[in-house]
Amino acid sequence: MTTKVEARNVVKAFDDKVVLKDVDLRVDQHEVVCLIGSSGSGKSTLLKCINLLVPIDDGEIVLDGQLITDPSVNPNEVRQKMGIVFQAFNLFPHMTVQKNIMLSPLRVHGMGKAEASDQAHELLDRFGLLDKVDEYPDRLSGGQQQRVAIVRALATQPELMLFDEVTSALDPELVAEVLGVIRDLKSTGMTMIVATHEMGFARDVADQVCFLDDGVFLEKGPPGEIFSNPKEARTRQFLQRIVDSGRL
Amino acid sequence: MTLPPDQTPRPRLWPDLKGSLGQSEEGARSALIAAASTLILIALVLWWVLTSEAWPAVQKQFFNPEHFRAAWPEVVRGFWLNVRMFLVAEVLILGFALLLAMIRSLRGPAFLPLRALVVVFIDLIRGLPIILLILLLGFGIPALQLPGVPNSPLFWGVAALVISYSAYTAEVYRAGIESVHESQRMSGRSLGLTQVQSLRYVLVPQAIRNVVPALLNGFVSLQKDVALVFILGIREAVRAAQIYNARTFNYTGYVVAAVLFLLVSVPVARFTDWYTERDRRRKQAMGSG
Repeated sequence: MTTKVEARNVVKAFDDKVVLKDVDLRVDQHEVVCLIGSSGSGKSTLLKCINLLVPIDDGEIVLDGQLITDPSVNPNEVRQKMGIVFQAFNLFPHMTVQKNIMLSPLRVHGMGKAEASDQAHELLDRFGLLDKVDEYPDRLSGGQQQRVAIVRALATQPELMLFDEVTSALDPELVAEVLGVIRDLKSTGMTMIVATHEMGFARDVADQVCFLDDGVFLEKGPPGEIFSNPKEARTRQFLQRIVDSGRL
Repeated sequence: MTLPPDQTPRPRLWPDLKGSLGQSEEGARSALIAAASTLILIALVLWWVLTSEAWPAVQKQFFNPEHFRAAWPEVVRGFWLNVRMFLVAEVLILGFALLLAMIRSLRGPAFLPLRALVVVFIDLIRGLPIILLILLLGFGIPALQLPGVPNSPLFWGVAALVISYSAYTAEVYRAGIESVHESQRMSGRSLGLTQVQSLRYVLVPQAIRNVVPALLNGFVSLQKDVALVFILGIREAVRAAQIYNARTFNYTGYVVAAVLFLLVSVPVARFTDWYTERDRRRKQAMGSG
């Protein structure tokens, strides 16, 4: 199997708070990796580092064999190969759903207007959002907004998708529709890194589950292993807390 | 308590003279009281002014109907120049200030020299009295008689206004850009947009919406300040009134100019209030919904 993206010895600190201490992660082509761990363990930061939204202090990140953390690399070109979806949707409130989706294809990827519009309609149709094409984001439910945000990222035709706790800001009854989209993407073979608190979903979808604790990966492995037979005491503690809160 | 959107009282162009009692008989009665007390107050003030010993002299000097008619055409002609200067300057200010604000909002070490240049420019210009800038450019540059450089005081007077107001307006825009949440910038960048593209398509449109009231306030202010170029001898409304006064020793020409300025600035000020209020209510409705 070919490696899609690899992080080696990544270190990131904000001021004097070290968020990522020494992080290694390898994601193969078509693989779905779920990052789990308590809030503040560094999941979001790692995703933003991979997207080059946050510069790393040490280590390296390689995408398709290219060292993307090299200062000579244009981050805009790297970002064109991957999409990221955030916890808080971050749709552009002054644009309709269609304009949100078409912005990057038109301005970054040089797609024609007709083509970009067709693509937007196709993607919206695929995820059951076609009737929302001319709505503004504030007229949509949280689940719909988040699905539009995923479509917006997909419209850039990424080879790698990063999901940053995309269901954490949603009402419980809206979580399933968003997770459904990610399942759908898995079936198309999309390579994905998913930071999530939804353990049931991680167990279902992930090829590899990585437990991030205090800035380091304490344990990695197939979901069966991590969830049924965790080796580390800290992993057991974390999962126990999740079970106690009724989320597994 | 928040009202459902359709019951939200509409903002008014004029302040609510009826007070908070809106409807029905009680409302009608309070409107009547408000109208009556206002009329009585106006009548009292008028009576006090018109019966005072000084009034005939004041009227002759400031509110003389004959002089009003006589001064009107030339002051209006001057005022038309004010209006044109205002319109040209405002368009240039809105564009130039936005450019300054966008440069100032760029991030990263590569843009440091540009950012520093803009900061220095804004600090310098805001530190100078506008009248000094008008004198400096309006008399100074034409005196140099540089080839290929316009040497009309009118050109440089308006240029001084544009430069000065742009420095202030750039700060208004910048506040607007900074009021847009950081996640919007990040979201734009994550889609592969460059810094300039995310400013142009994502941040600035939202920023402008946030600062429209502040920009409108700037309109009112500039509309009056264009008169400052009178010091260059440009025959706009104030200068025309001054000339009339010098010729006739009567001040009614100034009152004509005052009336003209008020005719423009009061409606703009009312519109600004109305717009700001509407905007505030809309934001409230969105927040509660």
